Amino acid sequence: MYPDYQNIFTQVQVQGKPEWGMDDQGNNMMEERVGKPFFSTLVGFFGNAQIGPYYFGWTTMVAFATGIAWFVIVGFNMLAQVGWSIPQFIRQLFWLALEPPSPEYGLTMPPLNDGGWYIIASFFLLISVMTWLLRAYLLAEQHKMGKHIFWGFAAAVWLFLVLGLFRPILMGSWSEAVPYGIFPHLDWTTAFSIRYGNLYYNPFHCLSIVFLYGSVLLFCMHGGTILAVTRYGGDRELEQIYDRGTATERAALFWRWTMGFNATMEGIHRWAWWFAVLTPITGGIGILLTGTVVDNWFIWAQEHHFAPMYDGSYGYEDYGTYEAFIGKEN
Amino acid sequence: MLPKWFDKWNEDNPTNIFGPAILVGVLGAAVFFAIAVISIGNPAQTASMQTGPRGTGMHVAEFNVARFAPDPTIEAYYTEEPYVPEGGEDLAKDIYENVQVLGDLTEDNFNRVMAAMTQWVSPEEGCAYCHGDVDVEEYGNDDLYTKVVARRMIQMTQNINENWDGHVNANKEVGVNCYTCHRGENVPSEIWFNITPVTNATAGWSSVQNRATSLSQSTSLPSNAMEVYLTEYEAVNVHDLESRVAGVPNDEDVASIQKTEMTYSLMNYFSNSLGVNCVFCHNSRAFYDPEQVTPQWSTALLGRQMVIEMNQEYLLPLEAEYPAERLGPVYADAPKAACKTCHKGYQQPMQGLNVIADWPELATTEAPVYE
Repeated sequence: MYPDYQNIFTQVQVQGKPEWGMDDQGNNMMEERVGKPFFSTLVGFFGNAQIGPYYFGWTTMVAFATGIAWFVIVGFNMLAQVGWSIPQFIRQLFWLALEPPSPEYGLTMPPLNDGGWYIIASFFLLISVMTWLLRAYLLAEQHKMGKHIFWGFAAAVWLFLVLGLFRPILMGSWSEAVPYGIFPHLDWTTAFSIRYGNLYYNPFHCLSIVFLYGSVLLFCMHGGTILAVTRYGGDRELEQIYDRGTATERAALFWRWTMGFNATMEGIHRWAWWFAVLTPITGGIGILLTGTVVDNWFIWAQEHHFAPMYDGSYGYEDYGTYEAFIGKEN
Repeated sequence: MLPKWFDKWNEDNPTNIFGPAILVGVLGAAVFFAIAVISIGNPAQTASMQTGPRGTGMHVAEFNVARFAPDPTIEAYYTEEPYVPEGGEDLAKDIYENVQVLGDLTEDNFNRVMAAMTQWVSPEEGCAYCHGDVDVEEYGNDDLYTKVVARRMIQMTQNINENWDGHVNANKEVGVNCYTCHRGENVPSEIWFNITPVTNATAGWSSVQNRATSLSQSTSLPSNAMEVYLTEYEAVNVHDLESRVAGVPNDEDVASIQKTEMTYSLMNYFSNSLGVNCVFCHNSRAFYDPEQVTPQWSTALLGRQMVIEMNQEYLLPLEAEYPAERLGPVYADAPKAACKTCHKGYQQPMQGLNVIADWPELATTEAPVYE
């Protein structure tokens, strides 16, 4: 028999009269909520079983309208590229893209069929993302919350702006922006690293990787720790912050004995927030410096003495033979 | 069935045997599996070839060692040793009409080369593929395009063996002959034609990429890389050789992201043509650095120059000679060659088989030297 806390799904579901949220300010907040709330047991396995209502204020409307405009422009450009053939559109979807302008147009407005649609679509995407950022701020304010989520999203928006706005302007060409396509944006990423002499030697890229992998590690450590002490009430994290019980004591002791140091019930959330936020912040700095301040990161790394040279020969002749590789040698 | 004392002992000493049984079973299976792999052989056998200093990860890995079975076209390769002339024989140019190439050969050797060419290029059609279904006396006519093209291809083969020794004999004497590309087919496999723009809905850079084509090797990279880099001497390199240089991407000498993708497309074609990866030639941490490349990098560089010359001097000018069905599907352009036309996915064509040893006639544009 398995104890009920050993399960990958949420074990406690609350279902009853749907929660509509506050409307006690006399400011008609209910008017901005849409959708009749209902309960889903399936969804309850993963999170709160209640679905809706959904906040649909003016920021939501603007962000959706402009976001859909971007999405549709990208989609119809892809469709036009395959001669309006739906089967080809589906077949080549991962290959297709709305590309930025050719380099010769610099920062001017290019023809529609050579990046013009890209500029228009990007304009809509910019409004959409910035309005969504504002929405996060306003919602937090309405709930009288801190603005941590707003700042967290702002960090991601920083990287978005560096890639599509700040760096192309500094480079003097919209052609430097990232294509809107599944494989093509990966081509851009590879080409970006190769063009500028290997992005892995960009110290801010290094930092971004540290924070990205660090975020993953911290997330796993924290989730694992809390689930492990749930049986002692450890999942009541907020209470545990100011009224430390045996769950916190055990979790703290575990990590202190593991690595000589432990975060606290409060501090672990600050660790996680900063690691996550610093990932795009450092990454964005690294991208912004590439091609503007540094054009070849490998040579830059050699100049700053952290790209070691290797002893040994280049070429397989010094290590073996082609005949041995293909199994022709006895 | 079992003795009563045994059943009684078991009743008195209840033990959960499943835990130990699973443990013993798992350990036993692991030992059995390990012994089987060692004695029978690893079914997922791999091989790797180190190409650079330890610590750089430079190696070519082969995950399917079945690919090491000899290239099946090697077995079908036809060759015949030359008849060393004793001096004083009549030469082909004196015996036959309209002999513009291979005229300095003795009659025996001339017919030996002709016979081999039918084996290499038109084993089913025979002599008639180029000479037509006519009497031997009329073999001098240039009525068929195949004969005109074949003559030019002989000159191309001689030029490659004579002037591109650094590529085709880079490691040892290998050389090329008709069979290197043709492999018994009238038209060699892995030839290519221009196909860009791949869409007319866009212009500029967005019209030459983002489509799975044979020229983009089914990637979304540009499909015009071979047209630009293998028919013209356009610079392939995209790197700055100092940590900071001036210039913006629309300057002519500043490589853009799009240009880099085009180079990447070409390099990806190189890799697929030879069945190798980037680190066969480069230390991938600094692709551009001439101090961190393997000798194969130079061989490949020469190969590119050779292909450009082949396309410019030999293959493109033949466009007017071909019938419509031999021309490209989009632009009716002449068929062109590149790495894979010879290599066919192998590091060395026909895995390094020496195809020039028996054919001194094809090794030089001058009169052949027999040894």
